[in-house]
Amino acid sequence: MRAKGWRELIREDFWPPPFCPGCGHGILMGAIMRAIVQTGLDPSRVALVAGIGCAGWIPTYIACDTLHTPHGRAIPHAAGIALTRPDLRVIVIGGDGDLSSIGGNHLIHAARRDLPLTVLCANNAIYGMTGGQTSPTTPPGERTATAPRGVGERPFDLCALVAGAGAGFVARGTVVRPQALEGLLGKALGHPGFSFVEVLTPCPTQVGRRKGLSPVDHLRTLGERTVPLARWRTLPSEERAARIPVGILRGGDEEGSWT
Amino acid sequence: MDERVLIQGNEAVARGAIHAGCRFFAGYPITPSSEIMHCMARTLPEVGGVFFQAEDEIAALAACVGASWAGFKSMTATSGPGFSLMQEEIGYAVMTETPVVIVDVGRAGPSTGQATKPAQGDYLQARFGSHGDYELVVLSAWSVEEAYRETVRAFNIAEELRCPVVLLLDEAVGHLREDAALVPLPVTERRKGPLGGRYFGPTPEGVAPMPPFGSGARLHVTGSTHDPTGRRMTQDPRVQGELVAWLSEKVLGRREELFRYEAWDVDDAELVLVSWGISARAARAAQLQLRQQGYPVGLFRPITLWPLAPAVLTEVLGDREVLVVEMNRGQLAHELSAMLGPERIRTLTVTDGRVISPGRVAEAALAALEGRG
Repeated sequence: MRAKGWRELIREDFWPPPFCPGCGHGILMGAIMRAIVQTGLDPSRVALVAGIGCAGWIPTYIACDTLHTPHGRAIPHAAGIALTRPDLRVIVIGGDGDLSSIGGNHLIHAARRDLPLTVLCANNAIYGMTGGQTSPTTPPGERTATAPRGVGERPFDLCALVAGAGAGFVARGTVVRPQALEGLLGKALGHPGFSFVEVLTPCPTQVGRRKGLSPVDHLRTLGERTVPLARWRTLPSEERAARIPVGILRGGDEEGSWT
Repeated sequence: MDERVLIQGNEAVARGAIHAGCRFFAGYPITPSSEIMHCMARTLPEVGGVFFQAEDEIAALAACVGASWAGFKSMTATSGPGFSLMQEEIGYAVMTETPVVIVDVGRAGPSTGQATKPAQGDYLQARFGSHGDYELVVLSAWSVEEAYRETVRAFNIAEELRCPVVLLLDEAVGHLREDAALVPLPVTERRKGPLGGRYFGPTPEGVAPMPPFGSGARLHVTGSTHDPTGRRMTQDPRVQGELVAWLSEKVLGRREELFRYEAWDVDDAELVLVSWGISARAARAAQLQLRQQGYPVGLFRPITLWPLAPAVLTEVLGDREVLVVEMNRGQLAHELSAMLGPERIRTLTVTDGRVISPGRVAEAALAALEGRG
């Protein structure tokens, strides 16, 4: 039976969630709950699977069947559920470290196989829970606990990575625009094969504090850096390099390059 | 299904799995276990099951755990290098009380070692390989028919105890072709209800029911420390203490009934050979020959490799001298020494990638008898 409202999706016994003040994961959690309601899914037929990290805690607080797995391994567990139970909608939620570093091999193979999974990556470009170490998406030059002189490596563009591996639906949103994010999640849930949504979100504790950014300024900066794909395409190339396109990048109405 | 067939040990494992109700297999290619995967790939779609070739062994066992929570009896098969990769997920299956069967067809290690040569070097890894304190069940087989039977038993124990069960074979049994009777055996079904809100131990009723995902239970399953409802409780010493004790005691508490073995000519023996898997076949040949020559030698063959039942060992072996025969550097001997005392344990160990020969066992047994004076 479909849920009448998102409050039905709160796992009250386990409430409240443990996220830091200013963290975007609560906004993402709310967007997931509302997207489940709006797409008309029966919460008892939704399986949420997560690995380890702050984002891996999101399913714990949502009243569906939830599997909290070892670090990086959410996707293969989800594969076991999705392959045996086509009647269930399987959603994977993880952070950038979980899904693209330790779990990176699983991510690209799930995209290649076109497994019927919706993978949501809460990308805050840092290892938050373990103390602010460099992740595969930390921008070059950022100072982290493990790159005190600045990151010298290139980051992954996660959307390009999974698109290159064959994902049929790829989108990027931010927690700064929760309604747009909810719309992207709904479209991803409606896609029959592998769908991927990168969700840009701030880590006020491990990034904001280090940079001297208040949680509000952190969100504002993220909002200013991101531009809807259609508008991003109209920007002069030097400005495009400084901005991040958001929206449906593959599988929507507007196909084309975003890198 | 009641047939005599000439098949390979690895095929017998697949036949046993299908008989036991296994409907999901995930694996990654590795010698000498791949035939199990080939058989499952052929058979599962014909019986309404699902086969999945994973990107690595970690993903293979992870997919099995996911499928198990989706309500499907699941199995993976591998060999030493893949078994090492699976240790992370074995711990997760223990902590989440997930029934799953892992077949490790042993080859000579360490590392890549000899991919096509038999060994029994994974015994202690099967028992101790993942981090933290836990217990699981380890079974073995010395013949093709027993590979079939013990695979069925592995599934039944996994369901009864809600824990991973390891079936330890070796390359020789896995690739051995011989006559086997594949008889129908009792099968334990998943206990899926009632939906009472307590889905993890410890519960007063023992092992909790395991409703599959999608049944309306809206379960939370976590590898973090949790209470019987599944709620994460990582700061409470009582919850951690009780959970860890439960995960071990639910296995050890059944050690007598889990412990299956065979014994020959032990009662009047002065020396008892103790051996498992393919080594036990060499030990049996040597023991028969020595008996014919009038030497007081018996054989004890554990089929359940873990948990061992000290009470049974003491009862059967008495205070007799023991010669442990195995294709490793004394791994079962290590456990027996701890249980029976090291003074009476001698070992014949072979780690050159060859099946131990009856001649060497007989030689070692005679030396042991002489050594007693």
